[in-house]
Amino acid sequence: MMKTLIKDPLNLIVIGVAGQGNVVTSLLMCNALVTEGYLVTFGQSYPAQQRGGPVVNYIRVSKQYQCSPIIPQGHADIIVGMEPVEALRMLVQYGNPNVITMVNPRPIPSIDIAGSKTGYPSLDKLMEDIEKLSAKTLVVNATEEAQKLGNVLMANVILIGALIGSGLLPLERKSLEPVLQERFPKAFEANMAAFDKGVELVRQEK
Amino acid sequence: MPDIDIDAQGTTLLLMGNEAIARGALEAGVGFVASYPGTPSSEILPAIAGVAKRRGIYTEWSVNEMVAMMVAAGASLGGIRAMATMKQNGTNVALDFIATLVQRGLRGGGGLVLVSCDDPGQRNSPNEQDTRPVAKWLDIPLLEPGDFQEAKDMTKWLFDLSEELDTFCMLRCVSKISHTRGNVKLGQLLNKEKKAHFDLDRPRRPVNPHAAVHEKLDKAQEKFEASPFNWYVGPDRAELLVITCGSCWLHSQEAVRLLEVEDKVGILKLGTLWPLPEKFVEKHLNKSQKVLFVEEVDPFLERSVMELAASLPPDSPRPTFYGKRSGHIPAYGELNPDMVIKAIASIMGLSYQPRDMDYGKKAEVFSKSDVIMRSGSLCAGCPHRASYWAIKNAFKLDGRLGFATADNGCVSAGLGAGGFFVAKTAYAMGSGAAVADGLGKLGQFGFDQPVLGGVGDSTFYHAGIPALLNAVWNKSNFTLIVYDNMATAMTGFQPHPGTGETAMGDPAEAVSIEAICRSMGVRVEICDPFNLENTMATLLDVMKDESDGPRVVVMRHECELIRARREGPPYKVYVVPERCLGDACGCDRLCTRVFCCPGLVWNEKMGKSEIDEVICSGCGLCADICPQGAIVREASLPQHRELEQEILG
Repeated sequence: MMKTLIKDPLNLIVIGVAGQGNVVTSLLMCNALVTEGYLVTFGQSYPAQQRGGPVVNYIRVSKQYQCSPIIPQGHADIIVGMEPVEALRMLVQYGNPNVITMVNPRPIPSIDIAGSKTGYPSLDKLMEDIEKLSAKTLVVNATEEAQKLGNVLMANVILIGALIGSGLLPLERKSLEPVLQERFPKAFEANMAAFDKGVELVRQEK
Repeated sequence: MPDIDIDAQGTTLLLMGNEAIARGALEAGVGFVASYPGTPSSEILPAIAGVAKRRGIYTEWSVNEMVAMMVAAGASLGGIRAMATMKQNGTNVALDFIATLVQRGLRGGGGLVLVSCDDPGQRNSPNEQDTRPVAKWLDIPLLEPGDFQEAKDMTKWLFDLSEELDTFCMLRCVSKISHTRGNVKLGQLLNKEKKAHFDLDRPRRPVNPHAAVHEKLDKAQEKFEASPFNWYVGPDRAELLVITCGSCWLHSQEAVRLLEVEDKVGILKLGTLWPLPEKFVEKHLNKSQKVLFVEEVDPFLERSVMELAASLPPDSPRPTFYGKRSGHIPAYGELNPDMVIKAIASIMGLSYQPRDMDYGKKAEVFSKSDVIMRSGSLCAGCPHRASYWAIKNAFKLDGRLGFATADNGCVSAGLGAGGFFVAKTAYAMGSGAAVADGLGKLGQFGFDQPVLGGVGDSTFYHAGIPALLNAVWNKSNFTLIVYDNMATAMTGFQPHPGTGETAMGDPAEAVSIEAICRSMGVRVEICDPFNLENTMATLLDVMKDESDGPRVVVMRHECELIRARREGPPYKVYVVPERCLGDACGCDRLCTRVFCCPGLVWNEKMGKSEIDEVICSGCGLCADICPQGAIVREASLPQHRELEQEILG
């Protein structure tokens, strides 16, 4: 059953660093949206190598259009950053005064700054920049919580839980259950626990 | 995500363009699919291979794209519907065969489809190119999908068209369709029993094969005039007509919507690109005084339509053409909605503000101060890093200004910081071996630098063997390094002739790289690059080998990403802060700055190196490079791995 979208098309960016595993989980979410009846375009930009560079997922949800796989500049509605510099990178390009940003504040350094004088930017300053460029900022300590749950890759499901818990997407816990069950048959319970952790974390933030 | 052979006509799934192509082939009753991995085409074959056995289909990863196209043609000869899939560069490899095949026709064989996936912007390719001109050049009927639904529908229809025209047909697909996902409504699967037979009485070869192809193209053109893959949206008279194809169709619609010019701008979306449906295009050319072409990469439609316009009667309307020629659309690279917005706004004199100006200014300031670069690199634990480190140091110790050549795939990282810039060139499959072969023949001109040619393991089988054979025959003086990580890693770990497995998951005889080399009489050394000392000693020795002809060093260590799927990290690795002297050491941050492993991090506050345990793969190589012995590796126990395996799927 389709619900009202907060905007049509709804433009969501999920960004992380190659190897963080954000593609698989974004895809699960998109599958659930198509099952509900929406037109979804899931675009990606990624580095040639398997690891290290930024991986951008453009998710576009509409009741009317099969959208372009690339979001036009300044037109993101929601940005989910698996990494703070990457969240800021996306805001610079796709942000606007109404954008809502969800950010996992765990830095991943890049090989380009190793040994440079400036180094990785100050996390406090980064978070300040993100807040100044977002109508609303939700900080979700996904990596930290995932480590407590025993696997850093769980951070992805925690963020999806947080995203759906925030009510920004037209999805509910029960729409995710079948896709998670299918993708992770043996670790289904663990993934649902991570999902619920995300919901809990975003409630505290809201 | 259900398998792509789900028997659920009318159901809508989210499919990757490549999966949609695979589904289209299944709906057409394809019986035989061959491919060589190459981004952005790599997912088509596995999608079919995954369901092949229960569907009675044969699939294979071929040793290279030329062979893939040839074996697919062989299947067609036997009356089976066949498909070959490859990336742009693969189509180049297959071209010699394609050029002749098209003039022979199928002569009653099964429908044959070539899928060629282009990579505008060359994100994952050694070059940028457009394969559409191949169709025009060699007389091949060509379609290009504008969305995910069409990727499926066109593939399916091309098999019918191929049989009807008695020629093979081509589907060109760009990254932003092949590698992105959207809604696809499924059609019916064709479950016809397939019986192969070569007809000895099949139609004879045409007397004039080239003339016969032209007749077929005329027929194709006639069909294309009424094709449902071409359409127009917009007003009856338009201020501007956009002519587009592929993913640019999606960008163009977006641009028109954002500029709110739906009542002024019409879009002519073409799906049948060669031969051009001229009457259909001509009819729409009359709609507007201004025409803009939006396409990736070459001005293919732009030139074809301009040719058409030039051949129209003198009293025909002459629109002004905009596009790559006029500079309104970039002449190369991948396009996006913003580029189309800019072009339309400029032609129509509109102003477009993507967002609040002050916001943009603020964002720019933060971008300059806090957004760092993030290049891709070799993965933490990558065996190529170890190989390149050994090579870098061996060159230094050797002292004769040695250098390496690289090839495609992960091996190409030898050109960059992650490979310590040891490699100086990388072109096409196999060139890492053959250009080194050429350099190795320069002794008579006084050339005295050691050359380490390089290919990956999959590339060795693809195009490295003839290059090595040539070097043996002609006694070229160089060393070929085979960077054997036991996988076609960059494109997604597809099996190859050395892995002991086929595309369908059946066991196969693993063809040994060293056995092939030794059969040519070549000296072969095998090193585990993680044994740095031994690897460096071997490299120094082979570079000094004075005997005629090439040497081969196989650097063998399994790709870290495959190893990590199976078992836990071999070591727990950490920095002992008391031992790390930081900038006082004199090593100039060897581990974090030079070694370029994403798992090693410089801790600004402490002024020392540390390991990021989230990224570190536990390979332990860095323990061997720290001059102070500050990096420690301890054999680790598998922890949480079972859970991790399930999460990784």
